[in-house]
Amino acid sequence: MSTRAHVLVLAITVFNLIVILRLVRRRELRAKYSILWVSIGALLVAMAASPRLLDRISLTLGIIYPPATFFLGAITLLFLISIHFSWELSRLEERTRTLAEEVALLRLKLEEAQRHQPAEEKSNEPAP
Amino acid sequence: MPRTLVIIPALNEEDALPVVLRDLARSVPDHDVLVVDDGSVDGTADAARSGGARVAQLPFHLGIGGGLRTGFRYAVDQGYERAVQFDADGQHDPAEIASLFALLDSGSDLAIGSRFAASERSYRIGHVRSAAMRFLRLAFQVLSGQSFTDTSSGFRAFSRPMLEFFSHNYPVEYMDSVEALLLACYAGFTVTETKVTMRERQAGAPSTRSVRLIYSYLRLLIVMTSSASLRSRARRMAV
Repeated sequence: MSTRAHVLVLAITVFNLIVILRLVRRRELRAKYSILWVSIGALLVAMAASPRLLDRISLTLGIIYPPATFFLGAITLLFLISIHFSWELSRLEERTRTLAEEVALLRLKLEEAQRHQPAEEKSNEPAP
Repeated sequence: MPRTLVIIPALNEEDALPVVLRDLARSVPDHDVLVVDDGSVDGTADAARSGGARVAQLPFHLGIGGGLRTGFRYAVDQGYERAVQFDADGQHDPAEIASLFALLDSGSDLAIGSRFAASERSYRIGHVRSAAMRFLRLAFQVLSGQSFTDTSSGFRAFSRPMLEFFSHNYPVEYMDSVEALLLACYAGFTVTETKVTMRERQAGAPSTRSVRLIYSYLRLLIVMTSSASLRSRARRMAV
């Protein structure tokens, strides 16, 4: 990798890390996600800072073209993360549904209660 | 207090509901009606209230499955002994409810009003839909080992144990009826069916378009092929 490309990659990963840390500091990212993204960011910085690292990992895994190792890792990770998000989304949708059902039933109960004892309710109100 | 609850999931059915509610009141003795308003934009809730029904208004559209589950929850919560699922558009004949309840009385947990059990074709559907339904019936038979002439009928009666089961686990996506039937079979509930005749819908348009139907069948296929996990899920839920 040329020095210029090297600096570019490093700049991008450092920028990403800063964005994540800012979000975490403002509590806009739940801790479990921040840990995930910070560790990914740290991994990227480590790789950008020392290209030899990637070469050595590729050699160990028997991959001839080192960038392929990077893409393999990145794609696998992103794939797993999207599956996780789909799962989380399904769970949230189920909870929203259940809440909507509960809201409808509570509203019905409230209406029934108000219809059955409107007089009593009024007499319970304190005099102005 | 009546022991029977009639659950009517309704979406924009202000035109049909008054007639449906009037017919119900005439032909079914001793029952309460719960209309689940599934995010209608017309006067469905008001029409239901002036027809003497209780109304549960969902804050946004959930689909028939969500509406039904709301009804099941209400039935369990309020101590009803049995419930019947009824169409808001007037396709179901209230007089047939008695034959569904007769099945419950003879020990069934889930009684299905089948549109096809009759030898004469009382209910007309298109070729594509008819082929899809035949396929569905076959797949269902292979998976559950039980055979029903109408797996997707929306005219059903539920015993108290069935209501308790479905109040937690009723499938909420479109074509919920088939999936619910599978769950009930897997969980070991007794399911029976009887023939019913359908009437012309009072008002409104059919809720299915072909693209959506294809998507739904694909989704259902995935659900059914993952039936092994479904089966264990149903067992777990039944405990």
